[in-house]
Amino acid sequence: MTTDKKELAVAALRNGTVIDRIPSPVLFKAVELLGIAGMDSNVTIGNNLDSKKIGKKGIIKVADVEFPETVLNRIALIAPSAVVNTIHDFNVTAKRPVVLPDCIVGIVRCGNPKCISNNEPMATKFHVVGRNPVVIRCHYCNHTIEGAKAQIL
Amino acid sequence: MPIIVMNKNSLVSISDISRDEMLDLLRRARYFEENPDSKILDGKIVATLFFEPSTRTRLSFETAVNRLGGRVIGFSDAATTSSSKGETLKDTIKMVSNYVDLIVMRHYLEGAARYATEVTSVPVINAGDGANQHPSQTMLDLYSILKTQGTLENLTITMVGDLKYGRTVHSLLMAMQYFNPTFNFVACPELRMPQEYKDFCDEHGIKYNETTEFSPEVINSSDIIYMTRVQRERFSDIMEYERVKDRYTLHNDMLADSKPTLRILHPLPRVNEIDRDVDDNPKAYYFEQARNGLFARQAIITRALGIDPEK
Ligand SMILES: [Zn+2]
Repeated sequence: MTTDKKELAVAALRNGTVIDRIPSPVLFKAVELLGIAGMDSNVTIGNNLDSKKIGKKGIIKVADVEFPETVLNRIALIAPSAVVNTIHDFNVTAKRPVVLPDCIVGIVRCGNPKCISNNEPMATKFHVVGRNPVVIRCHYCNHTIEGAKAQIL
Repeated sequence: MPIIVMNKNSLVSISDISRDEMLDLLRRARYFEENPDSKILDGKIVATLFFEPSTRTRLSFETAVNRLGGRVIGFSDAATTSSSKGETLKDTIKMVSNYVDLIVMRHYLEGAARYATEVTSVPVINAGDGANQHPSQTMLDLYSILKTQGTLENLTITMVGDLKYGRTVHSLLMAMQYFNPTFNFVACPELRMPQEYKDFCDEHGIKYNETTEFSPEVINSSDIIYMTRVQRERFSDIMEYERVKDRYTLHNDMLADSKPTLRILHPLPRVNEIDRDVDDNPKAYYFEQARNGLFARQAIITRALGIDPEK
């Protein structure tokens, strides 16, 4: 808790969102999933920080933005350990883990080149069949992929 | 959000239907075998859309419709259709849906039939989607087992050959979950039953033995031996193929001490995994098995159309 506070203070975020405890190997995938590249907000990204809980972690801080819950929960696919802090006036007003939904529509590409979803203009759809580690199964071809290895659309 | 059309009479995967629905289909199959001239599809039009050619499956479905008095439109090869000009599957399915009461489709892409059910309210029967699902094959296998054994319960089923890529054995394994089977999985290490299906057995309390030896003990304990094709192209090491290919060939003399009620099944076409000398043994059932496909498909077609043959 104390280290968390220190890091949050360094960024001096008045208002916004801090996504913490993202495993380092998937940090930039998480950035991609949140669509941060196209944002005008003040963004700070840290990586390979020491974490007691998960070894090396990454952290994303976005000023003046509160992401919709469905967007944040995309992160659970690759980083089920991630924690979302909502900041108001330099204070953490909400802190919650990301939640992986049972069904994931239109975020991930199916790993099977012979899948209809890779050959037809349509939304992909996956069912979560394992949560630790995260494993998802294609609704169409039944191909399974580990969440951390999933290719983001 | 895609609009999910209620399309509950479709059959895309054997895992879509319950034990009761399976038993209902088997009852229907028996009815059609006993009543070959039920013209209950009078006035119905069925499309057979074969984006990938499969003469055997197409003829079986089309015969099933014709024998029930329905009519068939369709194509037997995507090269002759607008999909070869770049039309999407969705557009083809929507166009055909304007004309027919039922769509039977085979496609080289996996998941194509599932997707088709989401873009039309016409029921869809999956006649094979790549390496994925082929539920009418599973229903004809179940019907063959029921007919030859008098029951589906408490049977010992031995699966031999390519258990890794063989979708027919995977679907049959899933379907048998309701009937307390014991499985023998006989395969070389390269083609052994995938872990996810062994996990499925463990989760459902299904007993199984895994072995590389097609031994007398295994054969003599079996009620059903389900043979599959071992294809050369499945092997990364061609020498390994040469070493194992004959070890999983069934010869007539291997059946000498088997159960009198044993029956040999094979989804056909066979290459050399069942020696021709087995064909005249009364335990060989693979040719009749293919004929059961007609009744199983008549059952699936009438269910999809919501028609009860016994009313
Ligand atoms: Zn897929």
